[in-house]
Amino acid sequence: MLKQTPLFDLHRDMGGKLVDFGGWNMPVNYGSQIEEHHAVRNGAGMFDVSHMTVVDIQGTGARDFLRYLLANDVDRLKMPGKALYTGMLNASGGVIDDLIVYLMADGYRLVVNCATREKDLAWINSQSEAYDVSVAERPELAMIAVQGPLARGKVHDLIGAAALEGLKIFQGVPLSGEGHADWFVARTGYTGEDGYEIILPAEAAVQLWQDLARIGVTPCGLGARDTLRLEAGMNLYGHEMDDDTSPLVANMAWTVAWEPAERNFIGRAALTAEKSAGISHKLVGLVYTGKGVLRAEQEVSAPGVDGVGVITSGTFSPTLGYSIALARVPVGFADQAVVNVRNRQLEVKIISPCFVRSGNKVF
Amino acid sequence: MSEIRSELKYLSSHEWARVEEDGTVTIGITDHAQEALGDVVFVETPEVGSQVSAGEEAGVVESVKAASDIYSPVTGEVIAVNEVLEEAPETVNESPYDDGWFFKVKPSDVSELDGAMDSEAYVKSVEDDS
Repeated sequence: MLKQTPLFDLHRDMGGKLVDFGGWNMPVNYGSQIEEHHAVRNGAGMFDVSHMTVVDIQGTGARDFLRYLLANDVDRLKMPGKALYTGMLNASGGVIDDLIVYLMADGYRLVVNCATREKDLAWINSQSEAYDVSVAERPELAMIAVQGPLARGKVHDLIGAAALEGLKIFQGVPLSGEGHADWFVARTGYTGEDGYEIILPAEAAVQLWQDLARIGVTPCGLGARDTLRLEAGMNLYGHEMDDDTSPLVANMAWTVAWEPAERNFIGRAALTAEKSAGISHKLVGLVYTGKGVLRAEQEVSAPGVDGVGVITSGTFSPTLGYSIALARVPVGFADQAVVNVRNRQLEVKIISPCFVRSGNKVF
Repeated sequence: MSEIRSELKYLSSHEWARVEEDGTVTIGITDHAQEALGDVVFVETPEVGSQVSAGEEAGVVESVKAASDIYSPVTGEVIAVNEVLEEAPETVNESPYDDGWFFKVKPSDVSELDGAMDSEAYVKSVEDDS
């Protein structure tokens, strides 16, 4: 039996094509993935991301616990509402999950992936035993992402701009006032566009989704979410990183807080050893402007360079009109590579792994 | 339920074939197939003048989601390809049985199509798949 979010009936009523997504019955599109993609690049689109898990960490040991649990350092969060992107690593330096952690007035809030939910919670709970903390999953909360150049304005029209106007990127705020108990709105997202992620009680989510649709925010499925995040060069758990892939080879080195040196976090020793030995692979972007689409698991080689790489995510880019991909390749790869596609050798260009930001090509 | 036309022949791999008045055969993919593929972004058709064989690959259709081989239902010479698909591959989604056809074949033996499914059998095959 697939799990359902509070918006399930609405997705079905609005024509969502439902598929099994990590054990959840989720809309992959509402007709055209490409139209939904363009709606986010040119206007405003919304995604039901309630399958992600909100976990609140509270107690006097919360700060020390998270400084041990996460590769990034929650001490970088200087004011309530600030958000930090981080990997949660195992002792070998592999990524158990990537997540966002918020500093809240009464502790911290983690937002973790749906496919890794059980694994994450088991790990967090087992690691928390030595600390004075409470770990509370919040299944009663839903989450809606509203993204695109018009997204913030649309949300302001609905729930008032006063509390949100001053929010900086990667910052959130709890709403106050009648009807907004347990609402938390953050200026985060996964599309390379401005917008908000709104965490709210499940019973309020249906009304918000309907109100957003009424004022012209396009319902988008997880298909468009994937093409948008790939254009933005953002990692997807299980593709660009996993339990056996370190953040250093997954273009996540910037999320590892090495200073202060005395902070011991899970995986630090393994990453330190890997760093001093030199990393073997790197995550790059691939561009193919010819006819055809690069896909995950295709092999990547480079003339004159030892070793082969692999595409971790590949797609047709609706914004650019040709194929793009992320690939894990040996560090010796430079500007050009060859991808083996159905017995054809396609010559591709290697770029820094980001393709589109705020609607524009960036390479 | 997606549209299925009674006058066409079908393969289990979701191609349709229509015998035209001049004896040539037009080939495309079904409404059910385009729906399952999602937005089509590239179509690779065989070259005009090339030979295709019944049951063998004759092209590729790529959607945002996946690449799928296109099989020819008949053996013969390719006499036309739909050039519209070069610039507007989404025509396959919009009009799979009319404007979104893929290629036309001059068949060496049109009775090869007797082995293909009629619309009733195709409906059943789609239902069995789902």
